Amino acid sequence: MLRQLRAALRAGVVTEPGVATESAPLEVVGARLREEIHRRFKRSLHIRQVDAGSCNGCELEISGLTGPHYDFERFGLHLVASPRHADCLLVTGPVTLNMAEPLRRTWEATPDPKFVIAVGDCGRDGGIFRGSYAVVGGVSSVVPVDAIIAGCPPSPAALLAGLLAAIGRRP
Amino acid sequence: MIADLVGAVVQLALVSLGSPLLIGVVRTLKARLVGRRGPSPWQPYADLRKLLGKERVVSTTTSWIFAVTPTILAATMLVSALIVPLVISRPALGFAGNVIVLMYLFLIGTFFLALAGLDAGSAFGGMGGSREVAVAALAEPTIVLAVFALAMRAGTINLGGVVERVSTDPWVALAPGHLLAFAAFFIVMLAETGRLPVDNPATHLELTMIHEAMVLEYSGPDLALIEWAAAMKLFLFMSLLANLFFPWGVPTHASVTTLAVGAIVLAAKLAVLAGLLAVMETGVAKLRLFRVPELLAGSFALALLSVTSMFLLR
Amino acid sequence: MTALVYVLAVIVGLAAGAVGVGGMLGIGMTWRLPALLPLGGVSLVLDPLAGVFLALVGFAAVPASLYALGDTRRTPRGRVAYLLFVGAMAVVPLAANALTFLLAWELMSLASYVLVMHDRESREAIRAGWVYAVMTHAGVVCLVVGMLLLGTWTGSFEVGAWRAAALAPGARNLVWTLLALGFAVKAGVIPLHVWLPLAHPAAPSHVSALMSGVMIKLGVYGLIRISLDWLGDGPAWWGTAILLAGAVSAVVGVLSAIVDRDLKRVLAFSSIENMGIILIGLGAGVLYHAAGLPALAVLGLTAALYHAVNHAAFKTLLFLGAGAVVHATGTRDMDALGGLIKRMPWTTACFLTGAVAIAALPPLNGFVSEWLTFQALLQNLLIERPGVNLVFALGIAALALTGGLAVACFVRVFGISFLAVPRSDASARAHETEVPPRLAMTMLAVACLALGLGATAVAPALARVGSELIGVVGSLALGDALTLDVSGNFASLSVPVVAVALTLAGLGIVGGLAITGRGRVRRYETWSCGRMLQTPRMEYTATAFANPFKRVFHFFYRPVEQIDIAAHPASRLFVQRIEYANPTRSLFDDWLYRPLLDSVHRSVRVVRVLQSGSANLYLAYILLALLVMLVFA
Ligand code: SF4
Repeated sequence: MLRQLRAALRAGVVTEPGVATESAPLEVVGARLREEIHRRFKRSLHIRQVDAGSCNGCELEISGLTGPHYDFERFGLHLVASPRHADCLLVTGPVTLNMAEPLRRTWEATPDPKFVIAVGDCGRDGGIFRGSYAVVGGVSSVVPVDAIIAGCPPSPAALLAGLLAAIGRRP
Repeated sequence: MIADLVGAVVQLALVSLGSPLLIGVVRTLKARLVGRRGPSPWQPYADLRKLLGKERVVSTTTSWIFAVTPTILAATMLVSALIVPLVISRPALGFAGNVIVLMYLFLIGTFFLALAGLDAGSAFGGMGGSREVAVAALAEPTIVLAVFALAMRAGTINLGGVVERVSTDPWVALAPGHLLAFAAFFIVMLAETGRLPVDNPATHLELTMIHEAMVLEYSGPDLALIEWAAAMKLFLFMSLLANLFFPWGVPTHASVTTLAVGAIVLAAKLAVLAGLLAVMETGVAKLRLFRVPELLAGSFALALLSVTSMFLLR
Repeated sequence: MTALVYVLAVIVGLAAGAVGVGGMLGIGMTWRLPALLPLGGVSLVLDPLAGVFLALVGFAAVPASLYALGDTRRTPRGRVAYLLFVGAMAVVPLAANALTFLLAWELMSLASYVLVMHDRESREAIRAGWVYAVMTHAGVVCLVVGMLLLGTWTGSFEVGAWRAAALAPGARNLVWTLLALGFAVKAGVIPLHVWLPLAHPAAPSHVSALMSGVMIKLGVYGLIRISLDWLGDGPAWWGTAILLAGAVSAVVGVLSAIVDRDLKRVLAFSSIENMGIILIGLGAGVLYHAAGLPALAVLGLTAALYHAVNHAAFKTLLFLGAGAVVHATGTRDMDALGGLIKRMPWTTACFLTGAVAIAALPPLNGFVSEWLTFQALLQNLLIERPGVNLVFALGIAALALTGGLAVACFVRVFGISFLAVPRSDASARAHETEVPPRLAMTMLAVACLALGLGATAVAPALARVGSELIGVVGSLALGDALTLDVSGNFASLSVPVVAVALTLAGLGIVGGLAITGRGRVRRYETWSCGRMLQTPRMEYTATAFANPFKRVFHFFYRPVEQIDIAAHPASRLFVQRIEYANPTRSLFDDWLYRPLLDSVHRSVRVVRVLQSGSANLYLAYILLALLVMLVFA
């Protein structure tokens, strides 16, 4: 325990200041996003991540956000354990047939006001799985999507930049 | 009389408004200790404000028990805030109850929260409730014995009396029996407030949850009340730890200056304890659920040792 | 006809209650009918302590009989026995000589035996009745022998003469031990409790309510009498024995309650627990008395009496509530209940009150007496003997653990039985009970609240009873109208202030939310990770809820895991059915009663050799006996 603490203290804070912004990672779909979401969630956004049949590539990148390097909690972003606690659903994957109904229920279970961000090319339109008999194709075919962070998978930096853009917070 | 009233208001304000900051500070410190920048200490306020503006999604299977629980929980904490000596040794309701009352006030919250967990009819809620009451039950003997060790010296078990008595003889705080009782109480505090290594307040995995599993169903303002109550519980427990075992600088009568001094001293003590908590939580891993009783048994042994040492060294 | 019996019982109860309260307040009375029976005849004396228990009998009999009134179709049998039961219980505390006492005691036991056996078809009831009869009579034997010895040594069977007589220490200890054993059986003290979890569930609910609420209290009554009154000032080890027995009963009782699935049996085990708490207070009182600290002795005794009164209120309430549930659903298995809060709102509210009270949560009554018990225990430093202090420390720890476990136990009982979704059709079709049972339960719920809020009136009254018994001059100051002060400024408690503060805080929060929060509520299904099918089978069960306790205290429960998997004939990977059971084993059966019974069997087998059944042999015995007598004559 002491060794570990000493190592932590010696290393200091390793979080990168700011976010290396890539070019416009966020595609805004709905018009309502700007005002309402900026007003409510600028300082605090609780996210429920829903895996609607992804290859787990996107999840790997999302979990990068919680580490010391990207540390998204410093912006008031937080992953929560229940949709009841969430403000935002972060949906990955092309929405397989089996996950369509659970996704819809998760969306129902989330209290208003809420919004949905589709992550990855799969989330946008099915990505490489588009047209497969096993997928519904794109998150927006099941629940209303407010924004999309594309990429296969999107990098943590892109995810962070996209999330911050969604809540209108400067890095 | 007026001074007492002011004291009561100050205590209430400190607990109700200050508790989110305490949680925020612990979180920031923990983030720093693992090399993260971490959220601002004020983050919990933003979270609570946002939750208050959201709607409630309530399960169709629940009854009025589920609806009233957050209010009951927060109310018990507010009443406790008038019993625990924070900035004054004899707070407004100090006469109405001693530490036993305090423990049972906390148990009211546990009782209803566990019921609310069961009320939704999901397996998670029941699981959390069963674990929470188990931990609370096992922590109870330690609390009472640790307090008994203190009461023995003070000749009273009213919290104000204990605080005043020990502060007249400051070196008592460093007696072996006292320090053992402190260690026992510290472990119990970790268990009662759902901190590591008993419960991980940041977990997302339902199967490892204790406290969190019971509140999975709550949303919006109800959730805000529950998180607020949890913050107050941590604040109260830490203040109890600070002022019962190290009652230096707790004023015995209320006036503007003494209250201000009391608040500053309390803040300093809490900052030290928050640091200790953050270091502890960074350094230890969560225990397997069925190892937790061993930890609590250890704390009980400490408390019993402290009591026996008081018998023998009186 | 049936209704008439129960109305009569209500009247008897009211009268007994009124006389009891009178006795408590200091009205003494004596009735003597020396000619009626040999050995001193009938002798009844009303003193404050008798008053307390008489009032208990009376006031518990009223709601129990009222409950039975709403349920007359179902209890055709045992009307006379019920009336005798109530009457006998009322006589026990008044009895002032050995014969009256033993007669009333035996009548009470027999009447309750008949009531336990009311359902003569069920094996369970028959077994319960059998164990009950054996245990009770083992206790009665102890009482009879003890009282006969006492009578012979003091030369009188009158209680007054016992007080005056100065027995040799050895004789006194022997008598005390015998009588204490007899009373402990009735009080359900571990390990003499085995009859209690069998007999209480088997009886009809209003009888279980009286058995748990009052009858076992009379065991405590006896213990108070022998430890502080009849036998004069006793040695300290009496107190130690009572305190430790109480501590063990409290912890073991609640541990047994926490894993049981049978609603009424849980309540029965919880009665053992509460008897333990009462005995912890009493034991502390006796220890203080022996150490020459009468004020603290009164405090301990007050705590014990208060808890006895409180337990009578909430346990009667809980048993009546359980009776209503059993009536409505036809089952006592908690894993088949659930969702009753929507179907039986009234019963649920009353049961919840009882559960909160028995879990000792403020501001209800259970809390006050547990608090008093704690305060009595915490002052043990005034006895300067480390050994005794350690006993007290263990008592404190046991009481605290019991308090915590009782909360867990009643979260489980109430949460599983009344909340969420019904786990069976019977539970889904449940209906609210009739008006008289509801009235009975409401009365008791109000009593729980009143005994909590009115602590400053009740505690001094009981303290007066205690100081009368122990003989403390002057009354004991216990604070003012608002606050209960214990032993000067050792500790203070104000239940009304806590209650008002809680209410105000609650209202404040509701008001605050109304201003800041958005009121919108949307109902949606329970969150279950988006699962398609959410059935009652996915709910947490009583068995599951108890699992952490089974694992933590496995040295006590010694659970056996039985998993039975039936695979499909084609492949064992296709499972057709899984059965899982995790029963616990009773420590006392395995380590105490089984060996005892085995040795009895063994010795009986030896004796059986004599009983061959041949008439010639028996004639030979007679001849032998005659010869022996002739030789010795
Ligand atoms: S977008 Fe790419 S990484 Fe993400 S789930 Fe689809 S295939 Fe996997």
